[in-house]
Amino acid sequence: MASTEPAVRVEDKLFQNRYLVDAGRAHIKVRSHTEPTPALKALLTACPARCYELNDKGQVEITADGCVECGTCRIIGEPSGDIEWNYPRGGYGVLFKFG
Amino acid sequence: MIDEKFDAIVVGAGMAGNAAAYTLAKRGLKVLQLERGEYSGSKNVQGAILYADMLEKIVPDFREDAPLERHLIEQRFWMMGDTSHVGLHYRSDEFNEEKPNRYTIIRAQFDKWFSSKVREAGALVVCETTVTELVQDAYGKVIGVKTDRGGGQIHADVVVLAEGVSGLLGTRAGLRKIPKPTDVALAVKEMHFLPQEVIEERFNIKGNEGAVIEAAGTISKGMTGMGFIYTNRECISLGIGCLVSDFQKGGESPYTLLEKFKKHPSVAPLIEGSEVKEYAAHLIPEGGYKAIPQLFGDGWVVVGDAAQLNNAIHREGSNLAMTSGRIAAEAIFQVKSRKDPMTAANLSLYKKMLEESFVMKDLKKYKDMPQLLHVQSQNFFLTYPQLVNKAMQNFVRVDGTPKKEKEKLTMKSFTSARSWAGLFGDAFKLARAWR
Repeated sequence: MASTEPAVRVEDKLFQNRYLVDAGRAHIKVRSHTEPTPALKALLTACPARCYELNDKGQVEITADGCVECGTCRIIGEPSGDIEWNYPRGGYGVLFKFG
Repeated sequence: MIDEKFDAIVVGAGMAGNAAAYTLAKRGLKVLQLERGEYSGSKNVQGAILYADMLEKIVPDFREDAPLERHLIEQRFWMMGDTSHVGLHYRSDEFNEEKPNRYTIIRAQFDKWFSSKVREAGALVVCETTVTELVQDAYGKVIGVKTDRGGGQIHADVVVLAEGVSGLLGTRAGLRKIPKPTDVALAVKEMHFLPQEVIEERFNIKGNEGAVIEAAGTISKGMTGMGFIYTNRECISLGIGCLVSDFQKGGESPYTLLEKFKKHPSVAPLIEGSEVKEYAAHLIPEGGYKAIPQLFGDGWVVVGDAAQLNNAIHREGSNLAMTSGRIAAEAIFQVKSRKDPMTAANLSLYKKMLEESFVMKDLKKYKDMPQLLHVQSQNFFLTYPQLVNKAMQNFVRVDGTPKKEKEKLTMKSFTSARSWAGLFGDAFKLARAWR
């Protein structure tokens, strides 16, 4: 049953949200790597905004524009140094209308 | 930016921060509150249920102008099977009282209101400003903060860290550790808009009445988690959350769980035809009593989600946040009134007062629950719900099978899925953790 369902389109969900993107100042950075660690691989499915994707070389990349600032990736990836997590600058990032 | 020195700086404008800033300002302290969002509430996410009693202790007449959605008259617990649910409903007309006990709220609106009260009380509230660093003196005492607005340091006698569940400042300064994946849940939520009368018809409510559904079972695919459906005036908050450690192991993504929950045959008719206007995600502290970090130190206290103060069993977070914010403020006021310095020894009063309140007493009561539910997640969130749903199906379906045989079949399905020893062991452990 589950396998026949189409994949969920997270971008459609994020489209409903309000953001003020701080262009050129991503608040999350992935440590450069050749082979992704288990923590980085986990972020591919654990991130609720699907900000983490594999590139052509099999490395984990982040596009933080749709980030909902939940902090899940920080919990998983910061202790090992796989990612660096900061708040967006004041006023930037996701702006919840309802929250 | 700001040259003057404050009695207190409150970092964050969620429930805990607003409660602290309001209480401090009301007591006449000179308060600066810093919030990184565009306004108080713009970064805050909750289900959300407001508990009146805890807010009354801070703003007694809040019902006059606070943006409240619906007062709750019905609570439903659903144990979910794949295509069914077994429910326990509690509905009482006694909840239609003059001063209702629980309300649904929409945080962005509620927090804006709370923030207006904080300003009225006399605090200086500065939004769109991220605090980047705690300033400590040579002895490690916190003496102020630095922000991304430049202008150097802003000094205060005490800093109240109300920075939320994944607060960076306290962890960066080494005041507490970053929460473990087993101690936080990730919840995703959507706001489903429907005409008011449609919501009232579907949930059997009228006027300002509201209903709440908490759901657990196969919807979390064996992970430790819960779904929820809350009625607001013109929308339904619907979401699901599981431990980060479970998501970390792979399997279902949070949004896939959410979509499946929405498509569950017990849920789909409730939201049919709705317009989704927002998708949010947030972490919830789930570690309970054992995950509470150091709560105070020289020149600082930590309150609310940042202090992991959340009762996962009763789904109470915002009232613990509010209450810890208020109590921290009262402790600070007492120290200040005695003209004592804001040292760790003096600020330990906050912890002492918190321990005398329901906050710590409730968390202590359930101190073993998080561990039990986590280790046993397959049993409690998959096997048992499946068995109970099967048992109900067996009980109500009339198919010519003699009742005695039906009962035997039900008992057998339980003992074959989980041995007698396992069943009794789980029941015993659950009872002990609940005690």
